[in-house]
Amino acid sequence: MAKIVVEVMLKPEILDPQGNAVASALARLGFSVAKSVRQGKRFEIEVEGEPTASQIAQVEKAAEVLLSNPVIETYVVRVEK
Amino acid sequence: MSLDTVAAAQSSPDTKQPFAELGLKPDEYARIKEILGRRPTSSELAMYSVMWSEHCSYKSSKVHLKQFSEKAPKSAALLVGIGENAGVVDVGQGYAVTFKIESHNHPSFIEPYQGAATGIGGIVRDILTMGARPIAVMDPLRFGPADAPDTRRVLPGIVAGIGGYGNCLGLPNIGGEVVFDQTYAGNPLVNALCVGVMKHSDIKLAKAAGAGNLVVLFGAKTGGDGIGGVSVLASETFDSSRSTKRPSVQVGDPFVEKLLIECSLEIFAEDLVVGIQDLGGAGLSCATSELASGGSGGMKVALDRVPLRDPSLSPEEILMSESQERMCAIVEPHKLPRFLEICKKWDVTVTAIGEVTDGNRLEITWNGELIVNVPPRTVAHEGPVYNRPMAQPAYIDKVNSQKVKLSIPHTATEIKEAVLKLAAAPNLADKSWVTSQYDKYVQGNTIQSHPEDSGMVRIDETTHLGVAISTDANANWSYLNPYQGAKLALAEAARNIATAGARPLAVTNCLNFGSPEDPGVMWQFAETVRGLADGCLAMGLPVTGGNVSFYNQTGTVSILPTPVIGVLGVIQDVRTRTPMSFDTAGLDLFLLGQTYEDLSGSEWAFLHGERTGQAPTADLAREMRLIELLLAGHAAKIFHAAHDLSQGGLSAGLTEMVLRYSVGAIIALENVGVALLSESPGRVVVAIDPKKATNLRELATTHSIKVEKIGTTGGDSLTINDCVIDLDELRHAHISTFPRLFG
Repeated sequence: MAKIVVEVMLKPEILDPQGNAVASALARLGFSVAKSVRQGKRFEIEVEGEPTASQIAQVEKAAEVLLSNPVIETYVVRVEK
Repeated sequence: MSLDTVAAAQSSPDTKQPFAELGLKPDEYARIKEILGRRPTSSELAMYSVMWSEHCSYKSSKVHLKQFSEKAPKSAALLVGIGENAGVVDVGQGYAVTFKIESHNHPSFIEPYQGAATGIGGIVRDILTMGARPIAVMDPLRFGPADAPDTRRVLPGIVAGIGGYGNCLGLPNIGGEVVFDQTYAGNPLVNALCVGVMKHSDIKLAKAAGAGNLVVLFGAKTGGDGIGGVSVLASETFDSSRSTKRPSVQVGDPFVEKLLIECSLEIFAEDLVVGIQDLGGAGLSCATSELASGGSGGMKVALDRVPLRDPSLSPEEILMSESQERMCAIVEPHKLPRFLEICKKWDVTVTAIGEVTDGNRLEITWNGELIVNVPPRTVAHEGPVYNRPMAQPAYIDKVNSQKVKLSIPHTATEIKEAVLKLAAAPNLADKSWVTSQYDKYVQGNTIQSHPEDSGMVRIDETTHLGVAISTDANANWSYLNPYQGAKLALAEAARNIATAGARPLAVTNCLNFGSPEDPGVMWQFAETVRGLADGCLAMGLPVTGGNVSFYNQTGTVSILPTPVIGVLGVIQDVRTRTPMSFDTAGLDLFLLGQTYEDLSGSEWAFLHGERTGQAPTADLAREMRLIELLLAGHAAKIFHAAHDLSQGGLSAGLTEMVLRYSVGAIIALENVGVALLSESPGRVVVAIDPKKATNLRELATTHSIKVEKIGTTGGDSLTINDCVIDLDELRHAHISTFPRLFG
């Protein structure tokens, strides 16, 4: 079964308090790897069979009006097997 | 783009600059050139453009606002007046209180959650900057029609933002307003009030005195938040074609703000700062120029030292950034090590970015190159001042001459229908859906909040000294008569303090209007300020500060003139406060004050789509006698309850009272329709033990206030003459509106 995946991230110029908190927690726990952390959301939308162009278009629309806040967030939509 | 330095500006005087895009008029740009004797650098242009915007410079309102000083009543209570971040009032026992309202209207329409959240953050920092510990917030809100689709986007977002940020800070939200009207559809009003408490000796001011002292920036790092937000979002009307102007929204981080509060209070307690200023609208441009103007005028800042969240920011953007949770302090060099230690303890980023100098110029460098060299007063205080043309709008004579024509209920069925209709009307319905999202009791000092007449918090846990605050506006009356509207809102807010037994002490205001470039709006504004200043003088209440928000309009339609008036009062022992309702049967209900046929601008008229006729005339002498009567009755402990009557008149007042503790009432009224629906100002319903009736009548005589018995408490219904409304039915009407609309 295929999934249409929507990933939502805060726009790069927008402050991300959660990401900052994760970054400082990483450092505190000895994971010195992170220069910075941005945290986002991932939605997996299952469809019957192979997603059609119109289904993907519907998800694109949903991503704009419901799943993301286009004023402060960006999203990408893609199909995963 | 290469760095535009002062040297470059001198050598290339003819470079074209985008002053118009930054919101400056040609003559304002010419004046900047005249002040500097050359063209401004791009950084200077950025500073002047944000600081000379309507939002920061008050250029259209200044000529009117000076009445608040000119007509100021003598008040021994006022410790710090208008002009500082917030006024400070003496409340006795060595305590001082500071309070202020600000608007965050335009950002809250674009991004409701963050707009409202950062509105709370900003006003809390204003209070903190005075040296006070913030102790409570309130939120007067206005939205488009309750059933409009966009209200369903805007209202829940704004309420969640206020709750999210305020609750995280651990500040109780003790009241406010939620009002709906078509004119707010594309321009909701989000006003935020904060109150803080301190000892007299702790007052801090925004000034940078003493050459050699350090300019220290502390709090969050600077990012691209709301760049140009002040001038673009708050000063110009919405126009989608402008969206290319980086409409970057500020995002708040309440946890950083909480750390900043605790860190600042510890710094204050150890007396480590000479002056302090928060970074709000116009960010560093505002903080550096205001601090420098507040002192001798000289300051040097190395802008490249500002810690950045986004390293790609240009100096112009750093100067304009509205990143939240930042403060700027002036610190003596020998106190810096301790200052840094405290910041480290609270995990607050801190950097010395400059120093106070002997001169009178604000000089800002970027990697050693001079990019700003200006007299700071010309940026902060000597901006343009406009005496804008004003004219009474044509609608005034038209609506004032029309009699309001409404159906008045007479029969029991009609009365029941009217009472239920008002109980369920969005403007009068139960607001628990909103207020239950706010933490009302955190800190454990909240004595009363929604749905009481005012919010009240204890400030001393041994003596039980407390303060009460109420915010009020009646935009319908202000529309019909802005002069009277302002006085009436002031009187209502003061009355809402006095019903609880607190003595009104000081006034703050948030004046929300349309475009000042419209002579009709300017007239509404001028009349409002005149009314408020006259009212404050008459009532002996000083204005301690406030905020003006212009350009509130959608397309060409201005909002109703909406002056939100906040009154603060003091109560010696909060345990004695009078609640707004009764919890026992067998009490007598009395109406204090005179009821006239005041249906113009009433909620009943609003529900019938009518906004005509004349606003009532405020009788402030009578309002003051009523307040004295309430305070005398409170002192004599004769009131079980006292509730102010305002929007929705006696009908709404009784509904709120009987539902508060589910104790009904039996009411007898003459001319019942008008008695229930009229909104005559200066009226209060009190519940007293029948044995105290004589005391009440004596007090009423002494204070020349009309008093009449209207009924008794008890039972499971609100009975008005022959009309019986079951409390369950009334409650259902009252509480189901908000869940139905927004649930």
